[in-house]
Amino acid sequence: MTAVSQANAQVQQANSTTLDAHSREFLVFSLGSEEYAVDILKVQEIRGYENVTRIANAPDFIKGVTNLRGVIVPIVDLRIKFHLDKVEYGGQTVVIVVNVGERIVGIVVDGVSDVMTLSPDQVKPAPEFGVTLSSDYLSGLGSLDDRMLVIVDIDKLLTSEEMALVEHSAS
Amino acid sequence: MDITDFYETFFEEAEELLGDMERLLLELDVDEPDPEQLNAIFRAAHSIKGGAGTFGFLVLQETTHILENLLDHTRRGELTLRRDIVDTFLEAKDMLHDQLNAYRNSVEPDPEAFERICQTLKQLALDELGESVDGATPGAQPAAFDPEPVPEPLVEEPAETALSADTDTPDTGANTLCVALLGVSDKDRELLVEELQQLGSVLKQGGDVQRYEVILETGVSSDDIEAVMCFIVEPEQLEVRAAPGSAAPAVGQNDAVSDASPTAASESASEEPAQPPAVVESPARVDKAKPKAANAPAQTQGGKSKGGESSLRVPVDKVDQIINLVGELIITQSMLDQTASGFDGVTHSSLHNGLNLLQRNARDLQEAVMSIRMMPMDYVFSRFPRLVRDLAAKLDKDVELVTEGKSTELDKSLIERIIDPLTHLVRNSLDHGIESPDAREAVGKPRSGRLTLSAQHQGGNILIEVIDDGAGLNRKKLLAKAEANGLAVSENMSDDDVWQLIFAPGFSTAEQVSDVSGRGVGMDVVKRNIQAMGGHVEILSREGQGTTTRIVLPLTLAILDGMSIKVGEEMFILPLGAVLESLQPTRDDLYSMAGDDQLLKVRDEYLPVIALHQALDVQGARTEITESIVVIVQGEGRRYALVVDDLVGQQQVVVKNLETNYRKVAGISAATILGDGSVALILDIADLHRLSRRKSSRQSQLSPNKPAQEVLPS
Repeated sequence: MTAVSQANAQVQQANSTTLDAHSREFLVFSLGSEEYAVDILKVQEIRGYENVTRIANAPDFIKGVTNLRGVIVPIVDLRIKFHLDKVEYGGQTVVIVVNVGERIVGIVVDGVSDVMTLSPDQVKPAPEFGVTLSSDYLSGLGSLDDRMLVIVDIDKLLTSEEMALVEHSAS
Repeated sequence: MDITDFYETFFEEAEELLGDMERLLLELDVDEPDPEQLNAIFRAAHSIKGGAGTFGFLVLQETTHILENLLDHTRRGELTLRRDIVDTFLEAKDMLHDQLNAYRNSVEPDPEAFERICQTLKQLALDELGESVDGATPGAQPAAFDPEPVPEPLVEEPAETALSADTDTPDTGANTLCVALLGVSDKDRELLVEELQQLGSVLKQGGDVQRYEVILETGVSSDDIEAVMCFIVEPEQLEVRAAPGSAAPAVGQNDAVSDASPTAASESASEEPAQPPAVVESPARVDKAKPKAANAPAQTQGGKSKGGESSLRVPVDKVDQIINLVGELIITQSMLDQTASGFDGVTHSSLHNGLNLLQRNARDLQEAVMSIRMMPMDYVFSRFPRLVRDLAAKLDKDVELVTEGKSTELDKSLIERIIDPLTHLVRNSLDHGIESPDAREAVGKPRSGRLTLSAQHQGGNILIEVIDDGAGLNRKKLLAKAEANGLAVSENMSDDDVWQLIFAPGFSTAEQVSDVSGRGVGMDVVKRNIQAMGGHVEILSREGQGTTTRIVLPLTLAILDGMSIKVGEEMFILPLGAVLESLQPTRDDLYSMAGDDQLLKVRDEYLPVIALHQALDVQGARTEITESIVVIVQGEGRRYALVVDDLVGQQQVVVKNLETNYRKVAGISAATILGDGSVALILDIADLHRLSRRKSSRQSQLSPNKPAQEVLPS
């Protein structure tokens, strides 16, 4: 009897550790009233929105480039890209600097709330219906109590052709 | 210490030695060879062989060994040089280079190629030397060519060919050598003694840091010992001589390698007690026995190692990092400057003085750091004698190559990227430009064509020219060809425009496609490559007299002399090199054309007007052109008037690539960081012109009443 319960406990422990191993941490940010999340390992730093030099003839969601300690970094406003109604630049507006492949890109968001750990069973597959935000760029939907987090595959999103951040051979 | 740590050093050194070898072979006067040069070539081969043996690169070692023997005969006058023999040597050098590359990539070199070159060299030895080789080293060659290590040492040492057999007194017994280490640290000394123990038996050792003597009984010759040691210590720190009372005779040697130390030679491997079984030939075997030894190149005491003392090998990324940091420093300095300029000059005079000093020092530092990256054009030019020689032979042409301005310096990143385009231009000149000797004679030119490569500074640019005295470009042929290719041409085009046609993709006027050139790929690539470097290509040609291709490049890509301009609230940088003049236009000088297009008359010249705020969609700019300032700029041969709001000032800016994290932006070449930490974009004059054309043609296409403008390919 004791041996069995011991074994069960071990299995459970093993399960929970494997769960832990598969859980990932996400940085949660808000765009308007919606909540989004990116893999925390992609995030380099968070800074204020300031001093952006406009780039001519670029899509409107590319705000321009800024100087990040001597490195020229493009700044993308995801609120414009996702067609949000209110796009304001204030004290709360922050830039999440992410590393995408070899590149550094800053994304403008309305605010950063917290860092959350999501286990695989909390991540639901993304529905295939996005028009503005194609489900190709989502790695899933995170559900946490009654909150829904849109987990963005930032690599795919930022290197996609429609973001016009990366030179594609076709162009 | 792991022996593989030294591979890279060996590869680099060997590569340099091969380069030297090639240069010397090419310089060699076949009829009257300079003994010094022959010696130098021999030394290079010898050094590579030593190193290759040490690291167990058997194929490389074998090949150099054969080559070395031949070279040895040559320098001793037993083999009379001919052009084709030099060609064979060059071929062997190429093969060595291939083998070196193979080892560098951790693969075994192509055995067939190895076999082939060995055969060629062997045949050469047989044909040219015949008796003399056999006489000097009976049965030598076959054993030497065996690439496989043979386990048991041979009693006869046939492979020990002319190199030492003729110059050193043969000695069947082991020698006693006294190896003195001068000023070697304890740690290195331990290593060295360990090495020596591998080479023979150490009879006695002792001394202090200044002079540590090891008495060694060995079958290894003293210059081989030096070769081993030189890998760890400097040649000056080493003294190898026959120990007092040694049986070994000191032999005056004509081998320049060991001229300083009398060689106590012992070539007989079989007598060697401490020798691990190894390869057959004794030089090889000796080298193999040294586990972490002999960077043989160190042997070339006379030439290279002297230069090596005053120079450092530094990875480029380290230098680049310094350049970046200095760039940051300059930005910080101008930031401080800007802040301090608000302070009162009298009360803060010491602050201002200090800042001025800082500015000067920072600029000096920047210049000094930039000069690290500068390399002489010789680096590029030196590879052409061989190319020209080979190509000329292939094409049956007689070509004399002249290089001018070898010492002109250029940024390393540019120098590496200029090689390919330049090679292409040289090939073109040889193939299409210079005529065959008969054809030249027929038009009264000397049979031998002349190809000149020149480099010179002009302002902030470097001019590189490829000049041939060949037939020149044929205007008619070019036009006909262009028409056949469906390009828009007319009889009235200026010569310059016609010459530019050869840069069109897929364009070639060669009547026959050769393997040298004429496939029509290339000139467009040349042009693109050079434009990517921020330069441009010009062609001057006169029928019957030759063609000059001129490449104009900026000296460096890292720093730019710029003029800051303002449009609306935005700041841009204009490359100062592109700015011709600036002026305030009056209404009278402005003419309109086809409604929208404006032209500005400047000293009898009508220049198209491009408003920067229109091209780059800047808000809040002055729209009335007479209130603005016009900068006359020139890019890729086109001149136009650029309308801006204000000129702010001149400054040196550090160029930052936009494409690292973003992409190429039309009309913009790069970015920079201004004194206040904000980013300013650097304008690309030629591309801005194209951008403006595209925009205006798009606009005219949008308005249906106007006929669409023809868009010329840019």
